[in-house]
Amino acid sequence: MTENAPRVGVVTFPGSNDDRDALQALGRLGAEPAAVWHAAERLPDVAAIVLPGGFSYGDYLRCGAIARFSPAMRAVAEFAADGGPVLGICNGFQILCEAGLLPGALRPNASLAFVCRDVRLRVERTDTLFTALCEPGDTLTIPVKHGEGCWFADDELLEELEAKGQIVLRYEENPNGSVADVAGVVNGEGNVMGLMPHPEHAVDPLLGSTDGALILGGLMAAARERASVAV
Amino acid sequence: MLDLGGGQAVAFKVESHNHPSAVEPFQGAATGVGGILRDVIAMGARPIALLDGLRFGEPGLAFERAVSGIGQYGNSVGVPTVGGEAVFDEAYRHNCLVNAMCVGLLPKGRLTRARATLTGGLLVLYGATTGRDGIGGASVLASQELGEEDADRRPTVQIGDPFTGKKLIEASLELVVRGLVESLQDCGAAGLASSLAEMARDGAGVDVDLDRVLLREEDMEAWEIMISESQERMVAVVRPDRLEDVLATARRWELTHAVIGEVTDTGELRAFHEGELVGEIPAVLLTDECPRYLVETRAKETRSAPVADSNLTSRRWIYERYDQLVGSRTVRRPGLDAAVLRIDGHRGLAVSLDGPPVGERDPFRAGALAVLDAARNVACAAGEPIGLTDCLNFGNPEKPEIAWELEQAIEGIAQAAEALGIPVVSGNVSLYNDTDGGSIPPTPLVGCVGLVEDVRRVPAGWRPGDTVSVVRGPSNSLLLAHDWLGQEAEVIGLVWRAAAGLSLVHDVSDGGLDLALREMAEWSGVEADIDVPDPDTVRFILAGDHVPDFAESVGRV
Repeated sequence: MTENAPRVGVVTFPGSNDDRDALQALGRLGAEPAAVWHAAERLPDVAAIVLPGGFSYGDYLRCGAIARFSPAMRAVAEFAADGGPVLGICNGFQILCEAGLLPGALRPNASLAFVCRDVRLRVERTDTLFTALCEPGDTLTIPVKHGEGCWFADDELLEELEAKGQIVLRYEENPNGSVADVAGVVNGEGNVMGLMPHPEHAVDPLLGSTDGALILGGLMAAARERASVAV
Repeated sequence: MLDLGGGQAVAFKVESHNHPSAVEPFQGAATGVGGILRDVIAMGARPIALLDGLRFGEPGLAFERAVSGIGQYGNSVGVPTVGGEAVFDEAYRHNCLVNAMCVGLLPKGRLTRARATLTGGLLVLYGATTGRDGIGGASVLASQELGEEDADRRPTVQIGDPFTGKKLIEASLELVVRGLVESLQDCGAAGLASSLAEMARDGAGVDVDLDRVLLREEDMEAWEIMISESQERMVAVVRPDRLEDVLATARRWELTHAVIGEVTDTGELRAFHEGELVGEIPAVLLTDECPRYLVETRAKETRSAPVADSNLTSRRWIYERYDQLVGSRTVRRPGLDAAVLRIDGHRGLAVSLDGPPVGERDPFRAGALAVLDAARNVACAAGEPIGLTDCLNFGNPEKPEIAWELEQAIEGIAQAAEALGIPVVSGNVSLYNDTDGGSIPPTPLVGCVGLVEDVRRVPAGWRPGDTVSVVRGPSNSLLLAHDWLGQEAEVIGLVWRAAAGLSLVHDVSDGGLDLALREMAEWSGVEADIDVPDPDTVRFILAGDHVPDFAESVGRV
């Protein structure tokens, strides 16, 4: 592992769809991506983890409800507890909420229909690992594509998260009915983030926006930092 | 399958799932998507795009359920849905059409043949278990007219399981990429009976031991196992020394699997059950030498039908329900003409799926215009049309008028393809689309794939200051005049060559010039000031910083 090309693991569950997209995007941005199989009891030598989008184990139950029990997720929880940076995208966000690594829950979209479109996101915090490359007041354009992206927290929890600054991204035009237009949150320690939009689908100007590179770039910077400390 | 150069090839096909969708639109449409995906995988290709051709009586509940079913399957398996058509016409009220097209990429030379020429090769059935669902799907549903007792036929509709479908896709591609299988075949219509017969070609035979097929229901009879249409199953022919690797792959993807038979040199398809030979037939009688019969044809008068207003509304709500992006290839998303997918470097494929104009009832024109419309859409996205596939949706061909329609439509497709100078590489038929004695109009759907040399130059949208111009074609009244097809093909050739230097190109179709201009404005987010004399003859609207010499200027953005 070189300092400039941090090793970032992407977990593939059966039913993951955007795992290859995440590996490709990370490689494009200069990381050394590593595929991690869901049955792996231990993570390979990586300095950050991405849980990708898709329909893990079919998601015929609540999204992410089965994936949270996979061997790889036990290893990811240990990695997170050790301060390792973890980014959950879409299904990965759902899994992190189900696993209790992030607050809140994701419910079916208010429209009860899947939605795929570019959305604009307001960056609420630029002092997190994942948004450190953004400027205060930035608006990012990144696509969403999900059927169950309606993030929910009760009033008490929402108030607590707002107070602690754990709401990181909000929709300018809410595509799924989430509480307080929340699109992405971090945990209390600030090393685990989940978001419904897909930054890995916004890194190549030929395919649309490149704003996703700011989020993935933040993850990679955190990975470099962790790797240098470990060395 | 077509060679794309650069060591790549493209495989594409369209299939119908009309009758199951008429009985149960959600599952009918979902399993239609699953089936066409496996067809493309059986060729050794990774699916990169799906398109859907939908024709319903109205945009009501049944239509929405079909859209949801397509989304559920396509979104879950991680293949982007990037195009197609949605047409509303009373003629399809009791017999909707759901056609699904899949485009796949593979390295040239990898082609996996659905044939078992390896004597002693083992047959491995893997994927889902086999049950009674979908028994008779091809015969009870697809090949009979529907009537009032439709509800009783619901058990014959297959039920999709996209999670198993996704694992089946990944496992199959792993088998193909690693060269572990001699051939692959999807278990589609008529189940094992059909796929094993397809495999037993060129003198090869197949012995299948039905006791080894893993069942999800007890006490299934031999014939039920043979024709079950349980979804998400594939059969591979495997060399004995590769068997362990193949089974390990199936285990890794948590798919049930069993060796169910072997390839012989008898030319016979033989089925054994409980130790007894229960069925035996020369395989060629089910494929190349199956009984044929001539149908009587009789021409009939046709008259165009009115176009419902629901055809002139935005389709955004439909394609926003589909994942358009997974795979990271979608350079141009759905919404206008053809979508474009990057294949390697800066090359791309433009893909479209189109049927005849709404209300068209003349079968020859239906065929020819479906081809031209598909090719025009590809041309608008700067794609050189390189190949076609079709799905022929017709009524009961035992009626002489329907047999005539079928013959005429095929002739229309053939003549238009010849005018364009491109092949029709695959196809599918859906016949007996009759309900209570009434037949659907002749509805050939045509998929077109076009090669885009440089995706950076795909027209993206109007820019303020662009000059807008139009290209005309023979007016509708002259459409049957001598060599009109040749003239249309020539215009399409001019357009795809010019498109890469323009900001936006769009063809004028069902809604006429006004709708076409409105669509361009919505796509671009800017307005244009345009005055077009004689709008009925306009085929294409172009925009850019110049006017190509074959176009006439009509205004500015």
